[in-house]
Amino acid sequence: MARVGVFVCHCGTNIAGVVNIPEVLEAAEKMPMVVSATDNKYSCSEPGQASIREAIIENNLNRVIVAACSPRMHEITFRRALASAGLNPYLLEMANIREQCSWVHSDNKEIATNKAIEIIKMAVAKVIRHEPLYPRQVGITKRALVIGGGITGIQTALDIANAGYGVVLVEREPSIGGRMAQLDKTFPTLDCSACILTPKMVDLSQHPKIKLMTYAEVKKVTGFIGNFEVEILHKAKKVDHLKCIGCGICWQKCPEKVPSEFDLGLGKRTAIYIPFAQAVPPKPVIDLSHCRYTKYLTWVATGQEGKKPPECRICEKLCPTAAIAWDQEEQLFTEKFGTIVVATGYQTYDYSHYKEYGSRDFADVITGLQLERLMSASGPTGGEVTRLSDGSHPKTVAFVCCVGSRDQQRGRPYCSKVCCMYTAKQAIMLKEHDPEVQCYIFYIDVRAGGKDFEEFYLRAIDEAGVIYIKGRPSKIYQDGKKLIVLGEDTLMGRPVEIPVDLVVLATGMEPSAGADELARNLNISYDTYNFMVEAHPKLRPVETHTDGIFVAGACVGPRDIPECVAQGSAAAAKVAALFSQDTLTTEPLIAVVNQARCIGCLLCVTICPFKAVDYQTTQDGRLIAATNESLCKGCGLCIAACRPKAIDLRGFTNQQILDEVAGLWL
Amino acid sequence: MKQSAYPYYPGCTLKASAKEYDISARLVCAQMGIKLEELDDWVCCGAASAHGIDRLLSIALPARELVTAQKFKAPLVTACALCFSRFKFAAYELRNEAMRNLIKYIIGEGEIQQNSDGVIHLIQLLDNNKDDIRVKKLLNGLRVACYYGCLLVRPKEVTNFDDEEEPQIMDKLIKLVEAETVDWKFKTECCGGSHMLTRPDIVIKLSHRLLYQAKQAGADCLAVACPVCHYNLDSNQKKIEANYKDNIGLPVFYFTQLVGLAMELSPKQLLLNKHFVNPMPLLQRKGLI
Repeated sequence: MARVGVFVCHCGTNIAGVVNIPEVLEAAEKMPMVVSATDNKYSCSEPGQASIREAIIENNLNRVIVAACSPRMHEITFRRALASAGLNPYLLEMANIREQCSWVHSDNKEIATNKAIEIIKMAVAKVIRHEPLYPRQVGITKRALVIGGGITGIQTALDIANAGYGVVLVEREPSIGGRMAQLDKTFPTLDCSACILTPKMVDLSQHPKIKLMTYAEVKKVTGFIGNFEVEILHKAKKVDHLKCIGCGICWQKCPEKVPSEFDLGLGKRTAIYIPFAQAVPPKPVIDLSHCRYTKYLTWVATGQEGKKPPECRICEKLCPTAAIAWDQEEQLFTEKFGTIVVATGYQTYDYSHYKEYGSRDFADVITGLQLERLMSASGPTGGEVTRLSDGSHPKTVAFVCCVGSRDQQRGRPYCSKVCCMYTAKQAIMLKEHDPEVQCYIFYIDVRAGGKDFEEFYLRAIDEAGVIYIKGRPSKIYQDGKKLIVLGEDTLMGRPVEIPVDLVVLATGMEPSAGADELARNLNISYDTYNFMVEAHPKLRPVETHTDGIFVAGACVGPRDIPECVAQGSAAAAKVAALFSQDTLTTEPLIAVVNQARCIGCLLCVTICPFKAVDYQTTQDGRLIAATNESLCKGCGLCIAACRPKAIDLRGFTNQQILDEVAGLWL
Repeated sequence: MKQSAYPYYPGCTLKASAKEYDISARLVCAQMGIKLEELDDWVCCGAASAHGIDRLLSIALPARELVTAQKFKAPLVTACALCFSRFKFAAYELRNEAMRNLIKYIIGEGEIQQNSDGVIHLIQLLDNNKDDIRVKKLLNGLRVACYYGCLLVRPKEVTNFDDEEEPQIMDKLIKLVEAETVDWKFKTECCGGSHMLTRPDIVIKLSHRLLYQAKQAGADCLAVACPVCHYNLDSNQKKIEANYKDNIGLPVFYFTQLVGLAMELSPKQLLLNKHFVNPMPLLQRKGLI
């Protein structure tokens, strides 16, 4: 027999100023199964909670209604009060007479009082059918997966590993390092990018808790927080990295030269290669699309048509440790993880859509990232900034900001955040390389929000003599050896026409290719530009709506290096906090399937946004739906979809909802 | 040969300084079995001034002609790029019901249909019917810089004509008659337009850049689809050459004249003698006449 206690809260004057409390109490006392009805000035305060506890014990209550604010506000508070009185916390029902009553009906006290009574009536009808519920404990695989080996992923992996937990870092390129490895200097301190990054790369590769998987990709993710199963594809390196000592003879002698992706086509690499000198691991892979031996094998396999390609195999002949492994094939491994951190970073916008800037037709129009490679001492020109057309040193350089950023016509309305600063940095560096250089920067606004950023921008003007022109150029064209940049100086209100030797387009950031596919695999949200979506942009910046999956760095939105590092560490802290527990408590308010009623239509499987409904076969051979208690969020979509009404939400059963409606007429 | 008829709005310049455009357009279309039926009692489209003075007037003027053209089953054809732009803008604005009602009240006649595809440019007409262009004489060896100007392509959401930076539709027509088209980056740059009357210094500078760049790209001549572009590039060319002490000497054709030549219409029929830069020496040199 249910013994219901009703506790009506004044919430100061929030409720009591509108709702007639004595009238509500009088009505509540008369409701079925109600043993006691009392009021409190502030139920959530410690004395208020104490009075609830005392009433439970004194009146031997076994169901509690708190008529107060929204359950989002204080349900947990009052559940604790029930628990401290020895009652199952899920025997509580909140009747929301503040947000849904007193606040919205403050102009009519009579209506508000009647509505408060009706809300409590419904709660009484529902609470009677509450059952004690118990949270479940699930184990945790204390090993994290980090996807992406740029600075964000490196920082995340190191921090998790230093907290004492195992980490697997998956990187699809042959080396970790990401975009930061391509940069020459970093703003605003002008630190050498490689000098501060490569020690971290080495730390990572040598950390006993970290397993590095390069040239590998995440293919499929199943499971839930604490217990993910991830299929990882290891692409065929064709080099046995256990045997390889990284001596370098193979990539020095390989005769096939192809444009280097790392140098953005400005330099060459060989078919067997490491992307750059400080690569980690310092061991090569064979690019099969360019390898001569592979071409030879294809020629043999396709019936030996056409000219016979050379058999080559020079790398194999020269390798001192016989590490070349032609029989190595791509392999799919399944690994278990407790959490996943996505740190897939960004790529730069492809400016070929900008036909007014030449769509890559002009050799001396380059991108900011290409200029980084030209300025880098380990770059294709050894740090000499030269024109690609004739090898001369540019004396006048124009920078164009916001290419692929802040441009609604190109579908890129967002600001890429780092370009204002990196153009200022590059202008300063060009002046340092050659004091005769004059730089012009076309900008829309200079966004220098950050520590020492404004000072750095002023330094570009004062020390490097950069001329800033406010306006987006309308056209770039070649006139003899010069490039002419046409634009408008919007501050002076007149057209400008500047002949320069080199044009640098500050191309914006966009998520790495394939970010959307990965997000779908992980069942996390992504926006229209394929940036990952965080659970809350301010308060939960590295969490996602899928428990146990975190996001960090430039895959979420344009970020600079310090922010990426901070986010990597933040994600690592979240992972470590999770791993510090031995088990996870799961919420019991979830959907359960009545096996006898389920007809196996499996509409619920397709409708569940959390992939929490799966199917199984019963002993008598019927196909039925089954919910995963760890994945279910209790949203109720499957219940609405279920035709034979075989699914019920604990704490919100179909019967309870009907009783609530019926309760209104009691 | 099939016969089809289109309502035709020549506009003021085609009756005066750009008469050769009108004549050559009609001749070429006649060869293709297309009859251009000039609208009755047409008025100024408002180009160059109305939209700067009164927005409603700038919509009402073309709207009046759009209503007249509605009785034809075919879209209204314009040859002048300025007229085309004004008609397209009016059609764009008339998508809005409140604007339609207001304009209907102003012009006081006929129902206004909502059809932004109801206006096409002469290039589009030729392109849509290019199978009917009977090429009798190939213009081999002629290197043409196709110059579209600004008003045909911009704004894209209004004119919906071709790519704003790299349009190809005129190039395709010129290639059809086997002339060569040059790849240049100034197809849609501004010639200065009607500023010739108020700021000739700007127009001379901008038009010089176009002529210079066309020549740099290896063109022997230009093809245009706009009487104002033609005026700035052709009749001003002597002035530009004097101003920049630059020997340019590029004949400027209307694209219809080049298509007409390929149909073996005579230079006299096509009024090639009306141009300020005499195209005859070039055509003789290339063996085309």
